[in-house]
Amino acid sequence: MKSTRSGRPRPAAARNPNLKINELIDSHSELTDTATSKSAVVLMTRIRLARNLASQPFPGWAKEAQKKAIRDQLMQAVAALPQMKRGLALPVETLDDLQKQILVERHLISRELCHSKSGSGVVISKDQSCVVMVNEEDHLRIQVLRAGFQFKKVWATINALDTDLEEHVDYAFSPKLGYLSACPTNLGTGIRASAMMHMPALVISGQMEKVVRAVNQLGMAVRGLFGEGSDASGSIFQISNQTTLGESEESIIKHLHGVLTTIVEQELNAREKLLEADPSKLHDKIGRAYGILQNGHLLNSGEAMNLLSLIRLGIDLGVFGDAQRAVVDRLFIECQPAHVQHAAKGAFEPGQRDILRAERLRSEFAKVPPPDFSPATK
Amino acid sequence: MANSLKCDLCSKPATVHLTQIVNNKIHKVDLCEACAQAKGVTDPSGFSLADLLLKASLNPEPTGDAKCESCGFTQQDFKKSGRFGCPSCYQHFGAILEPMLDTMHKGIAHSGKVPQRALARRSLYEKLTQLETDLDQAIKAERYEDAARYRDEIHQVRQATTGRREES
Ligand SMILES: [Zn+2]
Ligand SMILES: [Zn+2]
Repeated sequence: MKSTRSGRPRPAAARNPNLKINELIDSHSELTDTATSKSAVVLMTRIRLARNLASQPFPGWAKEAQKKAIRDQLMQAVAALPQMKRGLALPVETLDDLQKQILVERHLISRELCHSKSGSGVVISKDQSCVVMVNEEDHLRIQVLRAGFQFKKVWATINALDTDLEEHVDYAFSPKLGYLSACPTNLGTGIRASAMMHMPALVISGQMEKVVRAVNQLGMAVRGLFGEGSDASGSIFQISNQTTLGESEESIIKHLHGVLTTIVEQELNAREKLLEADPSKLHDKIGRAYGILQNGHLLNSGEAMNLLSLIRLGIDLGVFGDAQRAVVDRLFIECQPAHVQHAAKGAFEPGQRDILRAERLRSEFAKVPPPDFSPATK
Repeated sequence: MANSLKCDLCSKPATVHLTQIVNNKIHKVDLCEACAQAKGVTDPSGFSLADLLLKASLNPEPTGDAKCESCGFTQQDFKKSGRFGCPSCYQHFGAILEPMLDTMHKGIAHSGKVPQRALARRSLYEKLTQLETDLDQAIKAERYEDAARYRDEIHQVRQATTGRREES
């Protein structure tokens, strides 16, 4: 990402869409406020479906005017769904870079959508758990996400959303090949089910490479926190299915769920082993993380993520209270660059952001009671 | 010997060999050091094997100059982007598609959700168009009995569609 935002004036809040997007950003969201999950390893469950209009060129091949006409038709149809009531529907070009980046950091839109020049749009539900990207790689990318390990619920929600939309939109579908997508890797069900996994013990004990290899062999993909090509800050990884054709949605989800359950067990085992082998070493890491978060003055997002990761591990081990889990999950997102700038109401250089981030974390951690290592040692 | 294998992406000698097992089907990708690096295979934060398989299946370049009649998309365009131009491309590029799907997916036939409502609606529309043509022809040929029957049928189909709309 370019980091040349220096001195760029913030756009005036006069334009109506901006006011509304900022309202949405500042209101409660599924990931930043309802993350009260007790899940030790799985932070978030997400499913997306790729859908396209019948007899229309895919977004990458459509002419400018066609693309805009498709967007207008689809945004209207999507925004009219009951699930999107009091949500927000916006052409991507009405969003400024910072707003787009915030939506990326909340896992609501893709980087690819951010870079689309014109003719794309996004519809976001009020609670920010349902999002439809219009004219990304496909005409429609429908997505539902929930905090915690909740494939059943997420599938039920997105399946209903897709069926409701189908009432108003003619999908490109072939009985033999299923839902037709721009890229043949999404053909068939068009489903990508994924879970965001926090796996600090597997990282600390150097087992991640082995896990990645095994997962890949099973036909699934492992990515860092923010999708392709980004590093896995905070020991957070996204694991998803890779194949979409030849198997039903339920079976794909079941298969993925099984693999994820095994990985959760592996992570929990690795934690136990770390504690058995050298409790002081682990406690030291957690205790230092708390110290830096309470007293640091310069924290880049990578370091902040890694410190927060250790705190979350501490919570799972009973070193900090359960109530802090929601705080950490919120901070995982709020310590990202665009969120830091939004909170400080301006555009800031990376160096300045590190000061603001540390300031924010100090004030949050001033409220977190000190670690109690007695339950963890037993 | 293993080192006689060529890189699936650039045809240089391959040194990295990946195996993926899906439903007892073994998919192999062989890569040279440079391509493995470039594709992030050595990076523990992960890479996309499906994407690799897609690109590997396009090398060597599939022969033929298939073109989509609906949208004008060519095989060259596909080779460049790895994406198709429109839904009809799937019919026109069938020949290169099938082997590719076989390497990429668990099967080559869809098994999963079907857009029942959209399909039902489409078949009703098709029926309606047919009936309207039939009606026209019947009137022109002065077959008034047939025309009356077609008119009744059209009325029934129309009622069925609007009735379904109101339910939802
Ligand atoms: Zn190569
Ligand atoms: Zn085409």
